[in-house]
Amino acid sequence: MSSDSEKPSADVKPEEKTSSLPPKKPEEKSVDILAFEKGISDKIIEKFGDKVEVAFVKQDRVGINVDRDNVHDVAEFIRDELNYDHVESVSGVDYPQDKEIEVVYHIGSYTDSSLASQILVLSTRAQREENPIPGNDATKLPTLRDIFYSVEFHEREVFEMFGVYFEGHPDNRRLLLPEDWADLPPLRKDFAIKGR
Amino acid sequence: MTSELPPGLALQKVDERIMTLNVGPQHPGSGHMRIVVQIDGDYIVACDPDPGYVHRGEEKMAEYRNYILNIPHLERPVIHDSCNVLYPYVLGVEEIVGIEVPERAKYVRVIASELNRCIYTMYWLAIYGIFLGHSTMFMWPAGDRELLIDLMEKMTGARVTHAHFVPGGVRNDLPPNFEDVCLRQVNYFEKRIKEYAAVFYDNPILISRTRDTGVLSRQDAIRLGTTGSVLRASGVDYDLRIKEPYDVYDELDVHTNVMMEGDSYARSRVPWLDMIESCNIIRQALQKMPKSGSVRTKLKPNPKGKGLDSVYKRVESGRGSLGCYIVSDGKTEPYRLKMSVGSFRNLIALPYLLKGEKLGNMPSVYWSLNYWPVEADR
Repeated sequence: MSSDSEKPSADVKPEEKTSSLPPKKPEEKSVDILAFEKGISDKIIEKFGDKVEVAFVKQDRVGINVDRDNVHDVAEFIRDELNYDHVESVSGVDYPQDKEIEVVYHIGSYTDSSLASQILVLSTRAQREENPIPGNDATKLPTLRDIFYSVEFHEREVFEMFGVYFEGHPDNRRLLLPEDWADLPPLRKDFAIKGR
Repeated sequence: MTSELPPGLALQKVDERIMTLNVGPQHPGSGHMRIVVQIDGDYIVACDPDPGYVHRGEEKMAEYRNYILNIPHLERPVIHDSCNVLYPYVLGVEEIVGIEVPERAKYVRVIASELNRCIYTMYWLAIYGIFLGHSTMFMWPAGDRELLIDLMEKMTGARVTHAHFVPGGVRNDLPPNFEDVCLRQVNYFEKRIKEYAAVFYDNPILISRTRDTGVLSRQDAIRLGTTGSVLRASGVDYDLRIKEPYDVYDELDVHTNVMMEGDSYARSRVPWLDMIESCNIIRQALQKMPKSGSVRTKLKPNPKGKGLDSVYKRVESGRGSLGCYIVSDGKTEPYRLKMSVGSFRNLIALPYLLKGEKLGNMPSVYWSLNYWPVEADR
């Protein structure tokens, strides 16, 4: 996820695709597109300084890493100042070697037409327990449900699949798994499929 | 005494007026899911959707298979729309592996995905019709759907689960004479579905059952993060084929269909208008497609990413935006794969829509969400 390796590839791609067109146009375009995304990440950096870290800036995608104490404030800023209005997807990613579980919010906008193709990738990390007791261990994050209503079911899914408890979520029940599921949260890396 | 009973059998304290009713998971009116509704007389007071009866762990399975082996099982959530379900995954793998797609393959993909959108929507329309008690509307789409299934069979060799999209293009080139057959079938198909207006969409019985039921305001549609036809029926002009064109959609003239009402009628009409638009797109694509050339860039065996990387690609499927988030750690299998599907995102609207509705209106509201339980559960 290092930003250095990403920038060149994102720059090169649009040029290659439209190589049949006059060469000047795509060059301008690719610079413009990334400039817009850099503007978004700069606004967040300007406001939060070193509390946030820009993970990558690609075409139409801006990645922001933030720790769990600031994720709520950053999300509020994203909604109020940057006009993002809904969350498309909330994914957990398990990193057993870091003893952390990453939760990634993909945030988009319907109302602001300049952001229509943009996705802001906001990721935060929760502490991971070796022997999880979902809901009653240290694997907790503040919920974003009071900021983005659309995360309601997504966060419930992350809770059951990874055991990340979202503090302040009004409805932390299971969603997809059966009620009597007593094993590890199944999308953790240490939950192994039979025979694999 | 009650404390010794298992939790499911424990006696619950119930309000005198409110009755809790389980709709599903076996009841056909709810698809493969359970909807727990609380009713006061005939009116729904609260509703709690309970999906998960067809959860298959697609995301977990994907972590154990390499990028190519993932293709056939990832299309299983919606077999009628299998090209569109695979589309974001294939686009994501192309970015991770770093491979270019030939121009002709991009057009073949657009044609295949538009045909699939129609096949899916026809299936949905058939179900929508039969649950409103309109059996003609079950027979007609189920029959006319065959036209396009035959086309897909010619193109891919399989009637429903095509597994046609691969990183780097499509699996096979079009059969000879496909363009002419496709044009003829699509023209006939368009003529046929326009006839549905007289029997279904202008039918006063349908209108009386769906007008002003389950109204989703524009503001709520945005706030709840709904997508696809649900969003467009509530007056938000958002279609990824225009807003974030992938492959060759930016070279085609695509229009969206937006309705302002936000009721069940609008939600059932928008997919039908989208099908007519799909026919236009297919005709344009057939015309602009390069007549010859490669359709597949050869991949090296066991393709893998270059170190830690993540992509999020999305396409407009029959049920709205379909996103695929792939985290790669440089191995031949994805480290994590997440599908953010339109059905799952639209499900959140159901409790809002059903509140205050009559129980009899539940099927018309529920199926108008363009909801596919298997896709939502993955």
